[in-house]
Amino acid sequence: MELSEHIKTANVEDVTLRRPFHPALRGTLCVTSHHLLFSNRKDEASWQLLILLKNIDAIEKSVENLFGYPRAVGSSGTITIKCKDLLVLQLEIPGMEECLNIASSIEALSSLESVTEMYPFFYRPSHLTLLGPWGLSTTEQYYKQTERLWDRWRVSKVNSDYSVCPSYPSAVIVPREVDDDKLIRSARFRQGGRFPVLSYCHHSNGMVIMRSSQPLTGANKKRCKEDELLLQAVIDGSELGYIIDLRSAQQAQQARMTGGGFESKSCYRHWKRIHRHHERGKVVQESLIKLVEACSDLSHSVDRWLSKLENSKWLSHVHSALSTAGLVVECVERDGHSVLVHGSEGTDNTLLVSSLAQIILDPASRTVTGFLCLLEREWIQAGHPFQQRCAHSAYSHARLKQECPSFLLLLDCVWQVWRQFPLALEFSEALLLRLAQEVYASNYGTFLCNSEQERCAAGVKENTHCLFQSMLKPDIEEQYLNPLYEPTDLAIWPSVHPQSLQLWTGMFLRWTEYAQNMEEAREEVWSIVKEHRERV
Amino acid sequence: MEHIRTPKVEQVKLLDRFSNKSVTGTLHLTATHLIFVESNSTSAQEIWILHHHIASVEKLSLTTSGCPLLIQCRNFRLVHFVIPRERDCHDIYSSLLRLLRPVSYDELYAFSYNPKQNDQQREEGWQLIDLAAEFERMGVPCDQWQLTDVNREYKVCETYPRDLYVPITASKPIIVGSSKFRSKGRFPVLTYFYQEKKAAVCRCSQPLSGFSARCLEDEHMLQAISKANHNSRCIYVMDTRPKLNALANRAAGKGYENEDNYPNIRFQFVGIENIHVMRGSLQKLLEVMGTRSLSMTDYLVGLENSGWLRHIKAIMDAAIFLAKAVTVEGASVLVHCSDGWDRTAQVCALGSLLMDPYYRTIKGFMVLIEKDWISFGHKFADRCDQLDPDPKEVSPIFTQFLECVWQLTEQFPQAFEFSEWFLIQIHEHVHSCQFGNFLGNSQRQREDLQLKERTYSLWAHLLSEKQNYLNPVYSLSFAESHPVLEPSTQAYHFKFWRNMYHQYDRSMHPRQSILKHVLTLKESNRELEGTVQALKTKLQAFGVSTSPLKPQTPPRERSLPSRPQSLILGAPLLSRKEVQQEEDEEVLGEEAREDAPASTDGERTVEGSSATENGYGELTGSFGSKNEPAVVTLEFGVARMTC
Repeated sequence: MELSEHIKTANVEDVTLRRPFHPALRGTLCVTSHHLLFSNRKDEASWQLLILLKNIDAIEKSVENLFGYPRAVGSSGTITIKCKDLLVLQLEIPGMEECLNIASSIEALSSLESVTEMYPFFYRPSHLTLLGPWGLSTTEQYYKQTERLWDRWRVSKVNSDYSVCPSYPSAVIVPREVDDDKLIRSARFRQGGRFPVLSYCHHSNGMVIMRSSQPLTGANKKRCKEDELLLQAVIDGSELGYIIDLRSAQQAQQARMTGGGFESKSCYRHWKRIHRHHERGKVVQESLIKLVEACSDLSHSVDRWLSKLENSKWLSHVHSALSTAGLVVECVERDGHSVLVHGSEGTDNTLLVSSLAQIILDPASRTVTGFLCLLEREWIQAGHPFQQRCAHSAYSHARLKQECPSFLLLLDCVWQVWRQFPLALEFSEALLLRLAQEVYASNYGTFLCNSEQERCAAGVKENTHCLFQSMLKPDIEEQYLNPLYEPTDLAIWPSVHPQSLQLWTGMFLRWTEYAQNMEEAREEVWSIVKEHRERV
Repeated sequence: MEHIRTPKVEQVKLLDRFSNKSVTGTLHLTATHLIFVESNSTSAQEIWILHHHIASVEKLSLTTSGCPLLIQCRNFRLVHFVIPRERDCHDIYSSLLRLLRPVSYDELYAFSYNPKQNDQQREEGWQLIDLAAEFERMGVPCDQWQLTDVNREYKVCETYPRDLYVPITASKPIIVGSSKFRSKGRFPVLTYFYQEKKAAVCRCSQPLSGFSARCLEDEHMLQAISKANHNSRCIYVMDTRPKLNALANRAAGKGYENEDNYPNIRFQFVGIENIHVMRGSLQKLLEVMGTRSLSMTDYLVGLENSGWLRHIKAIMDAAIFLAKAVTVEGASVLVHCSDGWDRTAQVCALGSLLMDPYYRTIKGFMVLIEKDWISFGHKFADRCDQLDPDPKEVSPIFTQFLECVWQLTEQFPQAFEFSEWFLIQIHEHVHSCQFGNFLGNSQRQREDLQLKERTYSLWAHLLSEKQNYLNPVYSLSFAESHPVLEPSTQAYHFKFWRNMYHQYDRSMHPRQSILKHVLTLKESNRELEGTVQALKTKLQAFGVSTSPLKPQTPPRERSLPSRPQSLILGAPLLSRKEVQQEEDEEVLGEEAREDAPASTDGERTVEGSSATENGYGELTGSFGSKNEPAVVTLEFGVARMTC
């Protein structure tokens, strides 16, 4: 079925658009295969609003005169559009039939399942070209640039056809002394084949952060020699490494009943296991839903707000993510030992913790390029299932399947770090907000699919543009830079007292009048910095 | 001095409130301060605690490492010492009990504090704020409002200032009659005049109406206020209490205005709770916030249960209502509560701040406090527990006002000339008794104490360090385009003020401060501009035209002026030495980073952020830090005292 067949009414005149804190506008509404276009022509000036249909999370329609007046003169309908970037719009459409048509087109077109029908495959701006390499860096390039890895680590292509681990990239970094056969055996012992691979090597002491999925020890405590050898090779003669298990001890025990498990002390003698409970999947998605609901509650009662905020548990997730990342950094930086991080699948909280730890530890990941490279390495190549996790956002009424805002949680945690170290990051809040928007609906192919393998199969790299590349080229836009940036080589340990963490107002209250005042203040800071640069 | 039995104790441990960290040092007790000097010579920190700041001292049960002494301060500092010998601890404890409870005003620090100024400077300090000039700025006296001398000798109302402004049609008999019908004689007087609409904000105390009593003079008084406003005949009477409280007061012969007896009034209850509720609420808040390893859930639940932010919002709501009635409807408003010196002061001051951009400047804010709080007799001595030990009179009413202003600065980052550190510093000195401004309960009492001759003014002190309190993004054009602030009352705008209530808990603060950094940039901008100007004039003196040349600034070798550390950490009692040391520390840190290998105790962090303070880990054991000593309870070793 062609996309255009979903469109029964393409154009409606005299539509009224209402946005929060803006006067209502009248104009023409258009539905295309991928966009909703509203344009308002007043005198000379014209104003347009272009929304990707994929950005629409939920749509509610209310039609007046449903009974008895089939085509009454005054009949009209209102569509409320709730976007994944949390914007809520209202469209008043004259004519009941048109209204219903538009609504059903939006419903059909905003929930496309097939990747190749999505807009990134059609987006062809004149200033970008599809030639040249896709993405910022590959595993091999990362290895080549990171000299401290050369001695003890190697790039393994054991997964080049994605048969060992479907969610890993084709190349991974592993200890030099472990050969590919051992990796294959270790992969069989890990859920989804996600055997332990290198995530980060600390510049000052050579200690590493590894990540994997849970071992499949099962009820009868199976062992895997190769897996044990692999981890032994990681610590390389040093007497201790830490395994940060992102489940409570009890959950880890229970996982054995379903074939999963944990690294027992007797088999992994040099590894000390620490359990940290992290919520995952549906629970986190529901948190997001509750939080957004709390933010749009207009009841003005402080008690009600605080209780809703608490009830959402969102800040608790932020708190535990930052605490565990801090724990990892403590192991690597202060204690001088290597760390293996995993939860169950190793595709959500594992990536969240390992990438947060890198931001705290590694000055290179605090630059714009470094941060985007980190996201590419630790989220996109590492196989975070973006398509499943970000299918719906906070407003959708659809039954939850695999949705989980892990990536949004990462952005929130990074924002918290920025709040506490406003000079240490080269990028600004605007960059985080842009990413939060792009991950749900984008012109670019970066966040499509669930793994490298799927991306290859769908031809994403050949047929779409890369978001990160376009953000960096030719120049980084000023709004994505932090005017106060002053690089520091030191670790930036955030405080995790609840009093030190805050609701990310820039994200969750971004469509309120509050945001306006903040924006003006930010501009003022920019102008002071610029003045200073000119003078100096 | 005779109260100090042990002036110095060595080997005292200072425990961090939220982590297992501790430092060892020497404790000194002087007539005015309790001083802790860390013995580590390289990074010795000093803590100075003014006796007036101490709210309570508590001796906990003896432990193996010594006798713990817990000191809670009114500026929300909490220190936990462990003194090796029980005897020393007891001496310090009993000396403090005596020292923090002065029996007469003469013992207050303000009377011994001498900032090395001569009499003339002191006098100038006191003349900085002139309330007559302030009323003139508002456009009073005018054809409808006049200065009355009825209270020249404090005969009509003891707790009011001498100079009062009333409608011209309010004759002396009316004033006197009205004052007899108002609690504590606090009859309706002008506090703010909104020139644009000729609308007035007046304040008073509750009427002694009981169930049915009337007073013609009082009714006339309100009539006179209504007549003075040609825009709107109707005046709002805001009773800032919850209705239930006002009803209960009727049984005691007090109460509220009956709309049937007063023509042209619109009566309104606002529902701000009384001083006892507020005191309890703050106590609950501090209890929750003082919990170690507080979880996010307990934090939010505790914040909610304390009710603190609900009370803050109630005050804000009332002020917004007031500002709307005056600026939008052009109506005059009469505000009262019970005695008209707590909630009334909060609402009038905050309302005026919303209406008048002048009060959002540093000088204007001082004027506002001087007017609505000091001169109209907010009982600072009782509320801040300066002298009389009546715990039922203590209440954080003024703190709440400062917090409301802070909440506004968060919503309108460009509207205020000052930053939150200005508010925090004022709060510090309301309790410090170091300056004369806030001593006593009323103007009359202050005159009796001869404060202007014997003490110094805080305002002069604050103005002299004005650059520390500036808001770098303050914009005059914002003030012009937003003369009246219209804050949102959405619940999510009301936030916990960490920098106030955890001012001294460094581990909770952001490790880098935008405010401090931008201020430094701005200062250096100004300096560079100055250099350019100087060079230009020099060139002109040589007869060179400067216009086509792009001004070449001198090579910038010298670093930016360094800002006192106290700005981020807001520790106003930080001694100069401490500041210097912190700076040294930073430099040391930089050097250490370059040559020291990674093994040096591993604390490679930015400005004191560290893992131990945050306590992420269960790793404590492996890092060799000791467990806390077990508590040994001795029957007679338990002493407890709460004030």
